[in-house]
Amino acid sequence: MDLSYTPEETQFRDEVRAFLDEALPQRLSDKVRDGSTLSKAEVEEWQAILSARGWLATHWPREYGGTGWNVVERFIFDVESSRANAPSIIPFGLSMLAPVLIKFGSDAQKERWLPRMLDGEDWWCQGYSEPGAGSDLANVRTTAVRDGDHYVVNGQKTWTTMAQHANMIFCLVRTDSSGKPQEGISFLLVDMTSPGVEVRPIITLDGDHEVNEVFFKDVRVPVENLVGEEGLGWTYAKYLLTYERTTMAGIGASRAALERLREIAQAEQSDGKPLIEDLLFAMRVARADIALKNLETTTMRVVAATAQGGSTGAQSSILKIKGTELRQEISALTRRAVGAYAQPFLPEREGANEAPVGPDYAVAATPTYLNLRKLSIYGGSNEIQKNIMTKAILGL
Amino acid sequence: MDFTLSEDQQSLVDVLARFSRERYGIAKRTAAAGAESGHDVATWAQLAELGVIGMLFSSEVGGYGGNAFDIMAVFETLGHGLVGEPVLPALLAGTVLAAAGSDALDRLIDGSDIAVSAFYEPTSRYDLDRVATTATEQSQDWKIDGAKAVVHHAEAAQTLIVTAREANGTVSVFAVPAAASGVTMRGYVTNDGIRAAEVKLEGVIVPKAAKLGGVALARDAVDAGTLAICAEALGLMTWLKDATLEYLRTRIQFGKPIGNNQVLQHRMADIVVEMEQARSAVINAAAAMDGPADARALALSAAKYTIGTTATMVAEEAIQMHGGIGMTEELGLSHFAKRALMIDHQFGDSDHHLRRYITLSAA
Ligand SMILES: Cc1cc2nc3c(=O)[nH]c(=O)nc-3n(C[C@H](O)[C@H](O)[C@H](O)COP(=O)(O)OP(=O)(O)OC[C@H]3O[C@@H](n4cnc5c(N)ncnc54)[C@H](O)[C@@H]3O)c2cc1C
Repeated sequence: MDLSYTPEETQFRDEVRAFLDEALPQRLSDKVRDGSTLSKAEVEEWQAILSARGWLATHWPREYGGTGWNVVERFIFDVESSRANAPSIIPFGLSMLAPVLIKFGSDAQKERWLPRMLDGEDWWCQGYSEPGAGSDLANVRTTAVRDGDHYVVNGQKTWTTMAQHANMIFCLVRTDSSGKPQEGISFLLVDMTSPGVEVRPIITLDGDHEVNEVFFKDVRVPVENLVGEEGLGWTYAKYLLTYERTTMAGIGASRAALERLREIAQAEQSDGKPLIEDLLFAMRVARADIALKNLETTTMRVVAATAQGGSTGAQSSILKIKGTELRQEISALTRRAVGAYAQPFLPEREGANEAPVGPDYAVAATPTYLNLRKLSIYGGSNEIQKNIMTKAILGL
Repeated sequence: MDFTLSEDQQSLVDVLARFSRERYGIAKRTAAAGAESGHDVATWAQLAELGVIGMLFSSEVGGYGGNAFDIMAVFETLGHGLVGEPVLPALLAGTVLAAAGSDALDRLIDGSDIAVSAFYEPTSRYDLDRVATTATEQSQDWKIDGAKAVVHHAEAAQTLIVTAREANGTVSVFAVPAAASGVTMRGYVTNDGIRAAEVKLEGVIVPKAAKLGGVALARDAVDAGTLAICAEALGLMTWLKDATLEYLRTRIQFGKPIGNNQVLQHRMADIVVEMEQARSAVINAAAAMDGPADARALALSAAKYTIGTTATMVAEEAIQMHGGIGMTEELGLSHFAKRALMIDHQFGDSDHHLRRYITLSAA
């Protein structure tokens, strides 16, 4: 066993750091650090910078324009990016759909869609969940009925993250309702500019517009947008979900948030001394820190198994559960740290740069905490992860 | 021992609960917080008429209640209705005015005036004694300079009850007309949908009589407020628990109500266990309110600590067990949850009170 980075890995880390130092506009990193919502243009700006460096598609093999990085390199990149407060890469196209296309898509689909992801021509969103199909995803009701060279899609998706920015959505649709629910599901790529697609905002409890409802009324989708085989959508969807979960430990994000928390607790005064010197508070921070260090190694162990050809499978549930709990805990500590100034709500108005009423680091504390409640709900809720574990790992 | 409400308490609770159910609601609350006054003038008048404010004060000072269990009953009911009107700041301000024998209390009780407390400062955190605002005694009057932080309902108030430090170092409590020259406010909505403001006091001149007494007045007011906000949390938690229970019974996934899953059943059971503990903590605090100062402080810290942890747990669990829908602004649940969470940021969070509990029990 050897936990240290190899000389190559250390060199790689330095290379990533140097790149971030030079290429990441401070305008963007400031916003990320303060917990502000980035505009579509800002996200695209950063993705274009990464793309130009060849570092946008961290999951893909080289032949498709990816980095070809191994899991350790990906991990290093993730941690360094978060440390530098780089905007996160929008995962739906690059990290979710792309692996599915690479594994199950036709050559024509790969040639068409993958380069457009690298160029930033398409903004993808994920159309899995429906009002009646959350944890029970196989219950999707949105239908796609074959009509000549097209499918005609009817139904509704919900909780669709950033659908308001997207021009493309990948959907689980029902093409057959005769057999088991899992059997009649297909994986379809839908152009959101098609007639009959309507996006309606859902405002979340932090006041943000991040998720949407997406309605389909007689939307015509060319059959070449079917991925793989009709009726095998469930298999592809599950493949994508394990992919999604491995990245969900959020080690880099937690590390960055913990460092920020320390700065805040240093600046806040409690009983005439910095809050970080208060034993009760220091204990809370230390516990989070310890858990995070443990989780880093747990992640590397799971990831190393994958690198050696093992499948992450149910192990990824461990990372998802612990990683999300930890990020939520750090956000709760940040809210606690800012004291009474966790209360003011200052909506970010485009253009209006109002000075915060309390310290600037306090503004996002509560909205971020509230927003991150989502971590234990989406990507397969933490309860569902435990169900998976009890079956797949414990055999109960 | 008797854990039941008195007849007076029960009838007010019934009337107030019906009022908030039938004539109040989240839409009204949210609209009020966005408005200039920050509260709903008609609702405030109705609350006064129902006797809600009078119930908070004893008959000696013009109310008809005023004991700790009266306060508990009123605020639990307000919490259950998620009432966003300035009753809590009025309790604090009124407690000071009553102790100082001020006749301004009458106008507070009958609803014609609003008075709010403004004790905490931008860098005081939860410490009442950390007062940087100064009161300079002049031949005819006092001059007050400083800043007060996150003052709930300041813009709606005619009177601000502020703490300020005199030249000799003692902290005193003053009544400052909100309209006085030198008083400026920056208003905003809080994360839990209440109106608040940062208050600046710059060369504010008030008459000699504006000094109401020492910092003990503020401390007693905060004690009453702490009890009240703990009781409010009981009402909020009951609402959250009931809404979540209803959801577990009706939300179908995998062909059955999600409440059929034993893991969620146990989580609800945990909530009930902790809520009963929390109620006992608040009852302990109410029972200690008229007793010796140390015992009272100890019981209040025990209650606020318990409420801080329990209300956070209940809010988080309610959201989690609702899944995505629990995260929406549209669903009432999120508003109750946010209020339950923000209670930990008023009058000291659970760490603050745990620390105070340790100090007091060592003494
Ligand atoms: C901010 C946010 C962004 C999202 N973005 C997207 C997106 O881009 N695309 C997309 O397709 N979806 C998205 N989702 C949806 C997300 O995947 C679902 O919310 C999630 O699958 C849970 O489904 P649900 O909300 O219907 O909750 P439900 O499934 O109704 O669950 C409610 C509660 O019951 C529990 N529960 C359910 N079944 C069981 C069981 N068998 N055992 C124990 N407990 C159970 C759950 O854990 C949860 O606590 C997003 C959600 C959120 C909150």
